[in-house]
Amino acid sequence: MPTKRRGGKGEIMTAKLTLGPVLFNWSAERWRDFYFEITDEAPVEVVYLGEVVCSKRLPFYAEHILEVAERLTAAGKEVVFSSLALVMNNRELEGVSELAEQADSLVEANDLSAISYLSGEPHIVGPYISTYNEGTANFFAERGAKRIVLPPELAARTIGELAKTGVDLEGQVFGRLPLAISARCYHARSRNLHKDNCQFVCGEDLDGMKLTTVDGKDFLAVNGTQTLSHNYCNLAGELSTLRELGVSHFRLSPQAIDMVAVAECFRALLDDKFDASEATARLSDLVDDVPFADGFFHDQAGVDWTPAEL
Amino acid sequence: MNKSLATKKLELVCPAGTPASLRAAVDAGADTVYLGFRDETNARNFPGLNFSRKELADGVAYAHDHNAKVLVAINTFPKAGNPESWHDAVRDAEAVDADAVILADIGLLAYTAEHHPELRRHLSVQASASNTEAIRFYAREFDVKRVVLPRVLTVEEIAALNADVPVETEVFVFGGLCVMAEGRCSLSSYVTGQSPNMNGVCSPASHVHYEEIDGQLVSKLGDFTINSFGEDEAAGYPTLCKGRFSVEGSVSYLFEDPTSLNAITMLDALMKAGVTALKIEGRQRGRAYVTQVVSAFRKAVDAASRGEALPDLDMSLLTEGGQETTGAYQKTWR
Repeated sequence: MPTKRRGGKGEIMTAKLTLGPVLFNWSAERWRDFYFEITDEAPVEVVYLGEVVCSKRLPFYAEHILEVAERLTAAGKEVVFSSLALVMNNRELEGVSELAEQADSLVEANDLSAISYLSGEPHIVGPYISTYNEGTANFFAERGAKRIVLPPELAARTIGELAKTGVDLEGQVFGRLPLAISARCYHARSRNLHKDNCQFVCGEDLDGMKLTTVDGKDFLAVNGTQTLSHNYCNLAGELSTLRELGVSHFRLSPQAIDMVAVAECFRALLDDKFDASEATARLSDLVDDVPFADGFFHDQAGVDWTPAEL
Repeated sequence: MNKSLATKKLELVCPAGTPASLRAAVDAGADTVYLGFRDETNARNFPGLNFSRKELADGVAYAHDHNAKVLVAINTFPKAGNPESWHDAVRDAEAVDADAVILADIGLLAYTAEHHPELRRHLSVQASASNTEAIRFYAREFDVKRVVLPRVLTVEEIAALNADVPVETEVFVFGGLCVMAEGRCSLSSYVTGQSPNMNGVCSPASHVHYEEIDGQLVSKLGDFTINSFGEDEAAGYPTLCKGRFSVEGSVSYLFEDPTSLNAITMLDALMKAGVTALKIEGRQRGRAYVTQVVSAFRKAVDAASRGEALPDLDMSLLTEGGQETTGAYQKTWR
């Protein structure tokens, strides 16, 4: 058992901003140029790279990953390689295994195969792993997890309990929330295509395909095999509480908007240059008035938006 | 590894939401029943369902008297800072001589392996172990003896996997069908605040309501319309991922049609793919349903084990909206 105790009320850890992996099917050029801009402009300390959603997408931009990683590292940012969330065959398993075997690179495990391969090595437990309690967090920490990324549906009370284990925690504070992953591709299904012949139609929707209810209410965003919230997670109003609870890393999940400006906004918030309402007003402009959500944090329906500090 | 399993008779694992359903399942020929305690420790935490400690003890005695096994599902994720209910459930399952516990949470697996090493452990579908390395991990770390496979794999993938793992596998063959990888879905809690992982419920009835709007019957979950039915349509329960939604101006059952899994025609293929056990979903179903489904599968499994053709069994009245699918077992489902 880890014996060190950190977090808890009154002891604020150094806060770091992280950029989660791009979840959407962006063109190779867009993907590469996005990270070049992040390298040069975005005040984030950690950047995650790699394909989490669909193994069919990776070959298109694989050639750029090393170049991007080198630039990010040279710019002083920590690079983490994210593994696939749903691994269903030996070809995909080989990809996870190769990722885990890369020397000198840190991997975010998003499936138990990656956890298995990385056991005993320093690694990061990703948000697609079900870490719901201290028993699970302690197990991962004993096997080399240096940080655990919180699953999106956890509430403040749970986060506080996890922090008591002493393991570093990272939570998503911005971007659409990943809610489900499937073997079935809903982008392909929406076009009456099968996954094997999907024609990569998911590439048409840079922020996911909008799904509404039959009476026209915005609801979810479809990203191939993944389903995300339509509303953007925004925990700008809860950052100080998250820090008091013991969360040290704050994840911005990339969307096809000005992510440098988003990062600057959260950086200003962490540095006490903005307050939560100013940050949220700016973020609202950046997301083109898509509604925000923070319900999971407040132990309510995830879609709810009841920020504490606004 | 015992690969002679492929020729062994498939074990029929049947739902028992109540003591009456347990007896019905056993009487109809279940090899094994699975059930849960009446609390948040299991993924069918619905009002009026599940077992008290006394009922479980009686149920185990009844099953064992009839050469059937009992598996106790403790397959939600323990609340942080408050794992006692889950620890108690494991202890009490062992105390009444249950044949195994079905677990999903890594912390609870570690606890059980340490404190109840003699209690046989199965891995719940909620753990979403969808590949050989993930399964080897659970076998190595927690000595899990059987894995319930997530409903995402084709028969070919299941066969390849079985050739390469040191544990038994169990697959769903009938009943409700999750279209998302199980145990990794927060759609229900996004809308209602309650999820399968944390509360043992999906699209809970407490958040369902129906409205009559312009001659349509509209079903809602929380603030969101899940479906809208015309006068000539039978209204179904608004399970979130079985709803009708609109994308790019086109309305469809985008995630899944209102359908049920029925793989009764695939028992031979599943047997040849090396699976050990077949699971029937439906702890929320009544005793009559359990009797009908278990009886039909009993005949089908027996026929398959003799190499005979599937007997003529009409189960269409038992499936949701009368529609059936073989789900992910066939690749075109994806």
